[in-house]
Amino acid sequence: MMTAPQLSAPHERIRTGRMRHNAERWSWMFMRISGAILMLLIFTHLIVNLVLGEGVSQIDFAFVAGKWAAWYWQVADFLMLVLALIHGGNGMRLLINDYAHRTTTRKVLHSVLGVAVVAVIVLGSLVIWTFDPCPVDADPSLLPGFCASVAG
Amino acid sequence: MTATAEASTPAGEVPSFEVTLRIRRMNPEGTSEHGAGEEYWEEFRIQAHATDRVLDALHKVKWDVDGSLAFRRSCAHGVCGSDAMRINARNRLACKTLLKDLNPAKPILIEPIKGLPVEKDLIVDMEPFFASYREIMPFLMTSGPAPERERLQTPAERERYDDTTKCIMCAACTSACPVFWTDGQFFGPQAIVGAHRFIFDSRDEGQWDRLEILNDKAGVWKCRTAFNCTEACPRGIEVTKAISEVKKALNTGEI
Repeated sequence: MMTAPQLSAPHERIRTGRMRHNAERWSWMFMRISGAILMLLIFTHLIVNLVLGEGVSQIDFAFVAGKWAAWYWQVADFLMLVLALIHGGNGMRLLINDYAHRTTTRKVLHSVLGVAVVAVIVLGSLVIWTFDPCPVDADPSLLPGFCASVAG
Repeated sequence: MTATAEASTPAGEVPSFEVTLRIRRMNPEGTSEHGAGEEYWEEFRIQAHATDRVLDALHKVKWDVDGSLAFRRSCAHGVCGSDAMRINARNRLACKTLLKDLNPAKPILIEPIKGLPVEKDLIVDMEPFFASYREIMPFLMTSGPAPERERLQTPAERERYDDTTKCIMCAACTSACPVFWTDGQFFGPQAIVGAHRFIFDSRDEGQWDRLEILNDKAGVWKCRTAFNCTEACPRGIEVTKAISEVKKALNTGEI
């Protein structure tokens, strides 16, 4: 009687830099979710800043200071900053993986990218959270309305 | 055939016309005019019939004009998957593409499929493509003793993976994928189609082994849903959809 040939398991797969378990899956998931949230944040940002009220001409120091005096605008802008940078940074990471074939090139580019992303997040967060809407000795005509009561 | 074409020729005669083929050529040994491994375009003007396919035109060139032209073909009927090539910048099977559908008034561009090393003229080294396919273990994996009779499944269970059984491994999809062009690490759409055919087969028990392989760095997450593969597939397989189903299985843990 003839028996079916037994197929042995194929040889060990050759992989350069095997990822931690599920890392690429989480990266993919993050891109979908952060993308959807970013759409919402960015369009809110654009509509509030450029369409509502007096439009583009309303944007000056007082306008920005007035927005950041409210905690929810601080949170929204902080979220937009962090998500946009990680989303964009992760996209760049994938592009580097695609086009940088030499290990050293890839490592250098990844490090530069990581430093840039972290630096911009840190600087941006500092601006958002330590922002002073009523700096002393500033021209009062440039400051938001509520500064008069604060200074007074 | 269109009524106008039939009206202009006597009954029973197939209209014929002249076409120009611009073929991307490369000879690893070099020719009298071109160096070894040099890539260049060469034009051929031939007489063709309205019923001719690109493959017939290539045959005419090879048999009557330049015998050194190298290309693969076997069945010539769109089943063996040997003659995938880039025709007018789109991946097609030469044996399934009619010349009259390609605007014969203009030169027809014929190139080897992209992303795989060219061996000669339109022949590429398919080994990286087959290596990806082997990695997803394209064979039935079961546990327990083999049954006396065939392994049964319901028509609905068969329907689940019907689309991906149509694959003829011509590499049109994989060599149309922009991620595959840049990065030799990506499995490519065909390997995922091949895995899909077994992952969603009710008789197979190796689905999580395969999903684990496709969860890897070079696996399904490299897909950016460009849809080039779906457009390129000469069998009409919804390749991007199959890839998304694999992603969904990995994300939900359900098959």
